[in-house]
Amino acid sequence: MANYFLDITKDHCPMTFVKAKLKVESMQSGDILEICLKDGEPIQNVPRSLEENNCTIISTEKEEDYYILTVKKN
Amino acid sequence: MENQKSGKLSLIVFSGDFDKAIAAFTLATGAAAMNREVNLFFTFWGLNIIRKDRGRKFLGNDILAKTFNFLMGGVKNLPLSRLNFLGLSPKLMTFMMKKKNVATLEELIEAAKALNIKFIACEMAMHIMDIKKEDLIDEVSEVVGVPTFLEYAKDGMTLFI
Repeated sequence: MANYFLDITKDHCPMTFVKAKLKVESMQSGDILEICLKDGEPIQNVPRSLEENNCTIISTEKEEDYYILTVKKN
Repeated sequence: MENQKSGKLSLIVFSGDFDKAIAAFTLATGAAAMNREVNLFFTFWGLNIIRKDRGRKFLGNDILAKTFNFLMGGVKNLPLSRLNFLGLSPKLMTFMMKKKNVATLEELIEAAKALNIKFIACEMAMHIMDIKKEDLIDEVSEVVGVPTFLEYAKDGMTLFI
C-alpha cells in the first residue's frame, strides 16, 4: 500500500479533476492519495469526480486558503 | 476503462475555430475525468485540429486540395470564431491562458489522449479535402461514416460544436 501526493492548487477546471483522475489511474487498489486543492470549483468538483472513479473519500481538512483531501482507491 | 458510468458523451467537432475547439476538448476531458465514455467525431473544419502537420502545408493531390489545405493550416493556425484580428487573437488568448494557469488547447488535446478518449474522423470530409488517415494524428482510431458514428453515439448525449 503506497501513499501519493498531488498539488492542484494552481489548476482550474477541467485540469483539476483531469489530473486527479490520471493520478488515481496510476495507483493500485488500496493506495492512498492526498490532494492539495483550492476552495470553490476544485473542492466542489474533485471529490465528486473521484467518487465516480472508484475512490472513497477518507477526510477533508481545511487549512487557511486551501483544502487537503485524502482519498483511497477502492 | 473499468466500471464506466452511463452518460456517454459524443461531440461532433465541425468547427475548426480555436475557441470552439477549447470548448469541445474541455467538455470531452471533463466528461472522461468523470468516467464517462467520450467520442470525438471530427468533420470538415474540425479535421484541422487533428492533422499531423500542425502548421500550414500543401496537403492533397490536386492544386485545389493543396491550396485549400494550405490556407486552412493545422492546429497552430486555428482562428478565433470572432475578433480574430488576422490570427493575432488566438496567440493572445493562449498567452492569457498560460498566465492564468488555465489549460491551453495543446494541454487539453494531450489530456484527451491520456484519458483514452475515442478520436474518429469523418470519411466524407476527408474525401472532399483529399486527406488520408496517415495525415491525421495516430490517436485517430477510425475513419467512419454516419451509421457507424450514430452507433457509437447511441443512448448517449450528442453535441454539435
